[in-house]
Amino acid sequence: MAKSITVGDLDIYYGDFLAVQGVNMTIKARSVTAFIGPSGCGKSTFLRSLNRMHEVIPGARVEGKVMVDGQSLYDSAVDPVAVRRQIGMVFQRPNPFPTMSIYENVLAGNRLNSKRMKKAEADDIVERSLKGANLWNEVKDRLNKPGMGLSGGQQQRLCIARAIAVEPQVLLMDEPCSALDPISTSAIEDLIHELKSDYTIVIVTHNMQQAARVSDETGFFNLKAAGQPGQLVEFNSTQKMFANPDNEATEAYISGRFG
Amino acid sequence: MATIAADQKTGPARLGDRVFSATALAAGIAILLALAGVFIFLAIEGVPGLAKPAEFYGEASNFWGYVAPLLFGTVLAAVIALIVAVPLAWGIALVVSHYAPRSIATPIAYVIDLLAAVPSVVFGLWGISVLARHLQPGYVWLDENMGWLPFFAGPASGTGRTILTAGLVLAIMILPIITAISREVFSQTPRLHEEAALALGATRWEMIRMAVFPYARSGMVSAVMLGLGRALGETMAVAMVLSAGGGISLNLISSSNPASIASNIASNYKEGTPGKIQVLIATGLVLFLVTFLVNFAARWIVTRNERKLAR
Repeated sequence: MAKSITVGDLDIYYGDFLAVQGVNMTIKARSVTAFIGPSGCGKSTFLRSLNRMHEVIPGARVEGKVMVDGQSLYDSAVDPVAVRRQIGMVFQRPNPFPTMSIYENVLAGNRLNSKRMKKAEADDIVERSLKGANLWNEVKDRLNKPGMGLSGGQQQRLCIARAIAVEPQVLLMDEPCSALDPISTSAIEDLIHELKSDYTIVIVTHNMQQAARVSDETGFFNLKAAGQPGQLVEFNSTQKMFANPDNEATEAYISGRFG
Repeated sequence: MATIAADQKTGPARLGDRVFSATALAAGIAILLALAGVFIFLAIEGVPGLAKPAEFYGEASNFWGYVAPLLFGTVLAAVIALIVAVPLAWGIALVVSHYAPRSIATPIAYVIDLLAAVPSVVFGLWGISVLARHLQPGYVWLDENMGWLPFFAGPASGTGRTILTAGLVLAIMILPIITAISREVFSQTPRLHEEAALALGATRWEMIRMAVFPYARSGMVSAVMLGLGRALGETMAVAMVLSAGGGISLNLISSSNPASIASNIASNYKEGTPGKIQVLIATGLVLFLVTFLVNFAARWIVTRNERKLAR
């Protein structure tokens, strides 16, 4: 079910403002791809363009190509709602639905796709997804308690369970650990390693060690100059990026010398 | 540690805090005093009206027989108003907060707010001279085609000044307040929750059901309660539009309509003898208590739902 993504000459606009310019890359299926770069350089914007979530902001649009296994994401016949059902997303801050129980939170996406589900089938999905998100053992006895009652790290894993419950082809993660403590972060990183065998994962992170630990390939984004649009500076295997990058700017950023 | 605590107690910054907290407290107490004052007035002036000789109660033989049709008329008109206004108000609020582009949403919101500025006498005049006249043929049609429903049993009123017309005028009057408050709570839905729903592949309507309504529920109930409060207490428009006379009946389109408590007070207060006025104030007391009970019931329902979630 995992799919690869090919991006060609992608420009992303907010109204007239060009936020990200000329991105080309191929994201491999069943691998983890990390985006690093300074704040405001367009990593998250680019990530959100991969499941058409950036369109939620009025005036946002793209020019260029995004192909998922050969199918154009921005074809006029493609419904953004259908895209988001195939390409799941986990956000920077955990966002379980506050009025839903843990059980209902996991099933939220499935309830949208198919209105009717047998109880046994629903139970099965909940158990499988929570096990997939390494949360089952902690919550199996309180599935009917509200999702907001969990700790931050547990909430984030609940959001991951919710995203994988619909068995998406791609999982996008926008700084999923930035609001979490090191122990929860480590739990999520372990989880990313496990999920890699089934899903294509794209993760934005500010934590360079995290990119080095979890990803197979890394893209470095930066602004061309102050006031200029963001761009993809270098895209290479993570090993090469952190040992011997092609671009000087990449090396400067990774080693902590900026600009 | 000790010195810091001491500094915090005696520092000059505390003066502003004290002034503010005293002002806030005074404002809060003033509300309670006003409410208590109204209640005490109604109780002292109204209680003698509960047990007057039979001639004070018109056709009815005692107070409860007198107030029952009025109370029924009050609640019926308010319920009609709510049934019409609430879905409309929530719909408009959603259009403004989530559907329409800003260039359209802002003028719509502005126009709805303007409705709230129209005096109720004007609504009353419009109700009599325009709305009632135009609805009258509709009532004849309802009587002929849907007369088997008790609501439209007829005979249709010749003037159109029925409880249904009054309810519709009330609906327009309570629309702005329900819309304004709902719009405000809808637009305060955390972006995080909206995006959570959208990222799962929710359509806009599904997102509203998953993220907006659950978040806004208590605000939506508050909005309805404020609208209901205004509908229950509205005097002038109902007094003008409704051609009152008759007892409890679910027939919405005939010429025999129970008046509402507030409009009955307004119509009879000027010519009242002291004894009659005590009776009218007693009906006001009943209205006050009913409004109170309705509000408490609504609050209780909301908090019960929230407790259920917190368990």
